[in-house]
Amino acid sequence: MQEQSLASPVPVPTLSAAARRRQLKEKVIAGLVTAVAFTGIAALILILIFVAKEALGLFTDPHARQEASLSKMFLPQVTRPGRPATFVWQPVSSVPKVSMIPLFIGTLKTTLVSMFVAVPLGVFGALFAAEFAPRRLREVLKPTIELLAGIPSVVLGFFALMVMASFVQDLFGLESRLNAVVAGLGLALAIVPVIFTVSEDALTAVPRSYREASLALGATPWETAWKVVLPAAAPGILAACVLGFGRAIGETMIVLMASGNAAIVSARLGDSVRSLSATIAAEMGEVVVGSPHYSLLFFIGVELFAFTFVLNMFATSWTRKVMKRLTGGAG
Amino acid sequence: MKHTTRKAVGLALTSLTGLAAFVIVAVIAIILLDVVRGGAANVSWAFLTQPPTDGMMGGGIFPAIFGTAALTLLMTLAVMPVGVLTALYLHEYAPPDSRMARWVRVAVANLAGVPSVVFGLFGLGFFILFVGKGLDRALGYEEMHWAQPGILWAALTLAVLTLPVVIVSTEEALRAVPLDHRTASLALGATQSQTLVRVVLPGALPGILTGAVLAISRGAGEVAPILFTGAAYFLPDLPTHLNSQFMHLGYHTYVLATQSPDVEATRPLLYATVLVLLMLTFALNLVAVIIRSRTRRKAASAGH
Repeated sequence: MQEQSLASPVPVPTLSAAARRRQLKEKVIAGLVTAVAFTGIAALILILIFVAKEALGLFTDPHARQEASLSKMFLPQVTRPGRPATFVWQPVSSVPKVSMIPLFIGTLKTTLVSMFVAVPLGVFGALFAAEFAPRRLREVLKPTIELLAGIPSVVLGFFALMVMASFVQDLFGLESRLNAVVAGLGLALAIVPVIFTVSEDALTAVPRSYREASLALGATPWETAWKVVLPAAAPGILAACVLGFGRAIGETMIVLMASGNAAIVSARLGDSVRSLSATIAAEMGEVVVGSPHYSLLFFIGVELFAFTFVLNMFATSWTRKVMKRLTGGAG
Repeated sequence: MKHTTRKAVGLALTSLTGLAAFVIVAVIAIILLDVVRGGAANVSWAFLTQPPTDGMMGGGIFPAIFGTAALTLLMTLAVMPVGVLTALYLHEYAPPDSRMARWVRVAVANLAGVPSVVFGLFGLGFFILFVGKGLDRALGYEEMHWAQPGILWAALTLAVLTLPVVIVSTEEALRAVPLDHRTASLALGATQSQTLVRVVLPGALPGILTGAVLAISRGAGEVAPILFTGAAYFLPDLPTHLNSQFMHLGYHTYVLATQSPDVEATRPLLYATVLVLLMLTFALNLVAVIIRSRTRRKAASAGH
């Protein structure tokens, strides 16, 4: 009751026509800006829809369904009578063979080699930059490694193909010049900056008090970095590795140029490989639009999209967790 | 363990981390040295201003430079307004706990992780086969006009790819503009849009430019998205229409490196092309790094 009597005498300000027009204009502008902000969401959805739409032929077109069924893509097939069932990717042939297994193996091999090299380099490099490097050195180191991220992947592919391939071949005495090791090393160049930058951000987010407490208890700087700072930043570092992994799966030009592009099923890292991404890039130029082969390549695109999407979701949620715990928890 | 041994072990492992950092920097140096050594002698004025000749075994790369420049210009025109407005929404308009803002952020983070070759498929499936075909039907073209690979479609594909770069840089720049500037402007009676246009955006300009430069550098170097959306293997004519195909420095590098009938003969041309491409992207990146470190320092001194 009292509230009402207090509120009632306040006169409602009457806006002039100009002021009302201005308010309306502001509302329109805010609406437009909000509408444009939808573009990011729309783009992601449109990518999924339109890549999946072109792949849909595999499941609706009877000819494609017979030529490239899911069992033909993922289960071993008898390609020649009397021989054991195998996995073969040979989509352009009188009897197309469309097993995705060689491509999965190829992607996995190059990716694992690259992670094996890039994770230690990136994480240790980040640890050095965040914990041990003098400030001057650090201010040079970070932009320099960011420059590596700015090198186009086609240039890294060129470097892997022209320089690293011969070096690796001589070093390991390999039969084929272009193979999973060369492609993996090339990929490592592309993902080291990703792992370094994200790890470094996570490490520097660890509050100074953690370090001071550890040092005050008598731990050496290394013990502080290894047993206190690194565990505190662990989810962020995991996120860095996952982001690097996702990037390595999807990276195209390096693998296309340096892997040899032979779809071989083997466990040897010295063999040539053909990855999922490189298959799309190499074969899309020659397919007939709407053919089963064309739909297959888009289907590979859907797979790549799904893999990287899941990896990214994990990475972002971990990064958010570590940032919240370290900055929100302390503040 | 005694303190001295613990210290020694720590020192050894510390130097191992230093070694990791050193290896990364050394690899960058080796790549640069190799490209400069192999390419510097072959980059000449004629190389930069002439089209390829003799079935790409001689001549220059002018069409590729022109194509790359035209492509990135179109891409920038498309991506900047959308990217800046999205960042304005996220940082200036969205209410603090807005669900939509959170969705936009998630989408942008995921967009940044989509493999570049998938963007190529998207460009083909959406821009060429859906929008292009629709345009042809609507405008009544008898033969293919828009429903074919062309520079506009490639530029728009790259614009979607570089959208996260622009949004993230712009948002960082907006964050560096002190809140006081906004409240002062609003207190003087300016509306929100006037405050944004006259106070916030000018203050954030360096950071927004960084975003543009980073996007251009990224867009100029990406090859996978333009493989099926407009890049031409060999085309001495410059692109004159929005639906023309074009040559591209990155794609030209790929072609010279992998499709050449005589690797030794094309090696000088290949190295020179890589040098030009690398210098272009490096120069852009260097500009971005310098502007960014300056804005960051300003943001740090503005205090939060």
